[in-house]
Amino acid sequence: MKTAFRQAFRQVFPQTIPVLAGYLSLGIAFGILLQSAGYGPLWALGMSFIIYAGSAQFLCVELLAAGASLSQVALLTFLLNFRHFFYGLSMITRYQNTGKRKWYLIFGLTDETYALLTAAKIPENIDSKDFYTVITLMNHCYWVLGSVIGAAAGTFLPFDTTGIDFSMTALFAVLVVEQWKSHSRHLPALLGFGITILSLMIFGADNFLIPALLVLSATLLFLQPKTDKQEKEDTL
Amino acid sequence: MTSTLHAICIILVMAAVTALIRFLPFFLFDKGGEPPAWVKYLGKVLPPAVMSMLLVYCVRSVNLASGSHGIPEISCILVAILLHLWKRNTLLSIGLSTILYMILVQAVFI
Repeated sequence: MKTAFRQAFRQVFPQTIPVLAGYLSLGIAFGILLQSAGYGPLWALGMSFIIYAGSAQFLCVELLAAGASLSQVALLTFLLNFRHFFYGLSMITRYQNTGKRKWYLIFGLTDETYALLTAAKIPENIDSKDFYTVITLMNHCYWVLGSVIGAAAGTFLPFDTTGIDFSMTALFAVLVVEQWKSHSRHLPALLGFGITILSLMIFGADNFLIPALLVLSATLLFLQPKTDKQEKEDTL
Repeated sequence: MTSTLHAICIILVMAAVTALIRFLPFFLFDKGGEPPAWVKYLGKVLPPAVMSMLLVYCVRSVNLASGSHGIPEISCILVAILLHLWKRNTLLSIGLSTILYMILVQAVFI
């Protein structure tokens, strides 16, 4: 490891600890589920390494158990993960000048990685490229590690882990606060709540995410000229 | 049980579709130079909006009308938010609210 990268690792690691807690517990939960469907640690390792998408992998256990058709798998994965399209869209500017690493950074753009990358402040002495790489790589490792532990030993854990997956909810609650504090205008955050809750009530828990994202993006784009002007006024 | 080959194919298809979705915006709009203004604009306003959305997503299956009426979820989210507004210590906010939640769902709201 190069010195600059090691320095980045040391400084950025603490920021990833919430995801460490969240991914280990969720990963373990996934591993246990996978193992109960008859697929052991090696499967957990392979899936978490190459798919690297939490909710999709939980769904994948059901698809594996049911022997789903490949077209069904493709369609469901598309619907479940389409939100990531919007994450990529908003990372294009940030990921410019990341060179060959961009391929890996894009591959590893999960909900939590996106959340950390956009909420965190990059320390001044650290290359943004190293910052992005460390966070993406660490999160990937936590997820793989958690799922392998779950598949190998999950059923032997000495304490009741029910509810530990709340750490992910708490992470997003904290990130909402962080985003709230770092933006002078709160309309996007409020729209996020309003439109998502509305969509949840209309479409139900299984189908609300994509309509919510589409309406949210369209509304934000529709508000663009006005908000840009507003922002100039804010900075004056 | 599903054959091993079919299982591997399911995993590969899921991996490929997931990666495709993640790469798509870059294939479409990342052509060197400045991205279009609306893409840059979305990059600025989407993160706070998506964070709110994901928080709602986390509690999507909470039923307010029955069971524990979402009391453990709502109260622990409030604890996390208030704690974070007060101390602004990420680990403290997440750690305490998660422990509280585990106690609530394991011992109080059974």
